[in-house]
Amino acid sequence: MIELHNLTVGYGEKTVLRDVTLDFPSGQVTVLLGPNGCGKSTLMKTALGLLPRQSGEILYDGVNLERLTTRQVARKAAYLPQSREIPSITARRMVLHGRFPYLGYPRRYRAEDYEIARKALEWAGAADLAGRPVGELSGGQRQKVYLAMALAQDTETVFMDEPTTYLDVRHQLEVMTVSRRLADMGRAVVLVLHDLSMALREADRVAVLADSKLCQVGTPEEIFTGGELDRAFGVTVQRVRTEGGWLYYCQEKQEPKETE
Amino acid sequence: MKNWRTSCIPNNKYLRIYTALAALVLAVSLLNLCLGAEKVPLGQVLRALVGQGSGTTAFRIVRYVRLPRLCACLLAGGALAASGAIIQGVLSNALAAPSTIGVNAGAGLAVALCCAVAPTALYLVPLAAMAGAFLGVMTVLLIARRTGASKITLVLAGVAVSSIFSAGIDAVITFVPEALNGYSDFRIGGFSGVSMARILPAFWPALLSFALGLSLHNEMDVLLLGTEQAQSLGLPAEKLRIALLGLAAVLAGSAVSVGGLVGFVGLIVPHIMRSLVGEESGPLLVSSALGGAALLGGCDLLGRMLFAPYEIPVGIVMALAGGPFFIWLLQRRGRLHD
Repeated sequence: MIELHNLTVGYGEKTVLRDVTLDFPSGQVTVLLGPNGCGKSTLMKTALGLLPRQSGEILYDGVNLERLTTRQVARKAAYLPQSREIPSITARRMVLHGRFPYLGYPRRYRAEDYEIARKALEWAGAADLAGRPVGELSGGQRQKVYLAMALAQDTETVFMDEPTTYLDVRHQLEVMTVSRRLADMGRAVVLVLHDLSMALREADRVAVLADSKLCQVGTPEEIFTGGELDRAFGVTVQRVRTEGGWLYYCQEKQEPKETE
Repeated sequence: MKNWRTSCIPNNKYLRIYTALAALVLAVSLLNLCLGAEKVPLGQVLRALVGQGSGTTAFRIVRYVRLPRLCACLLAGGALAASGAIIQGVLSNALAAPSTIGVNAGAGLAVALCCAVAPTALYLVPLAAMAGAFLGVMTVLLIARRTGASKITLVLAGVAVSSIFSAGIDAVITFVPEALNGYSDFRIGGFSGVSMARILPAFWPALLSFALGLSLHNEMDVLLLGTEQAQSLGLPAEKLRIALLGLAAVLAGSAVSVGGLVGFVGLIVPHIMRSLVGEESGPLLVSSALGGAALLGGCDLLGRMLFAPYEIPVGIVMALAGGPFFIWLLQRRGRLHD
């Protein structure tokens, strides 16, 4: 499990988030929520060791991140960045690269790696895309291939930075389903999302980040009743009961009730 | 599973392309050895190659004039194209190539300085060229980083650095006019009067760095996924990038030390090969090396034959073919990588 203790993150001199203490338990989907620029992505990258931390501790299964090599980190945590280069290699080659952290120099993929990659593509519902160049795929198809790559990487924790952005609603839901399946397999799934209602409906745990700090962590129920979300985004979150559970929606902020 | 795996590496397709390219190199080589001011029949060429008939004119022409020149051409063409394939992949920039980002010019300046300071130390020339090439690529990379590493910035920085290095070469020539024998040939890129003694010290480092580059082809592919993705897959992206650019510099430097500043090979060939074998680094590297050798060999032959008995340096032929290609590339830049 990855744990953050009193972590302060930022770029260069600038501090974005202070004193964050948060963990990402296995088998749960943890969603990071917060307004633009609150430091969700920065926190994610720092937790992965892609950015230097300013202070605090990052523990991977109790071991300090600094004491792990990039390869060891890559066997424990996979990452789907928000923006990326799109090479025109085939989907199957792409997923195969998920096995990269398990190979030494000179890297030659083994039969078992091919097999794991094949299963991962199948699992992500992208088996039919295997032979196609990634550059030619639609956003939703591409995301499936990236998810398959993360699965092939076979890590306990999977970080995804805005995996649903720019996708149509069906593909958004598919990404969320796949995240849930990853969690059900015992993985810790950490997502950055912008859609509050989707986050509250799908997450096991929500962390609200705003004003340079971690405001609240808890189940969607706790977050909804806690009111931190309303403060962070400057909206009023409401919900209605439906057959499929609570449905959350946002309204413009109403004037707080005066208690006189 | 077997099927899936074999279809995953379409070995047959690559093998066919490699064979075709190798056949092309062979054909160009034989034509190069046969044709020229004095035509030598194929039979005599082959006899001369296996060491028979020493003392005849044909033997001397083939062994002491055409063979060294051919080897130099193949070496420089293959090395420049492989270097270009590495550079384009590592910088994920379709406009990058040894001649466009200051690598060639850096090597050229180092060669000029080396020849001016130690005119007799032939074996130092390739080393100087490689060091100069590395200096060139690192300077450009640093400038591009500082000014926001957009793809066009990198090429513009390359233009600026190249002209500074060129000014350096001219300055060296002004002070020590005899430093570069056949100065204009060196500036344009040409292979007349090359000897085996100049080729061998460049050949081994080029071969070694090509093999190293090839062994890193999976790393190059992962690097194509973007720095953050590569790092999250356990790849020390920055270190690897510099190591690969170092290999590219050795390749380009060895080419410059035998053939001067030949442009465009490293730019054009990887593009052509990409349309043949796709984007994966391993096949791209191998096919680029073969294609570069064939192209430069062919262009040198053209340069010797077009206005025979007069020769035009291969650099002119390359520039005539490569310039329009580069412009065409700039036009469709939107569809490449950006």
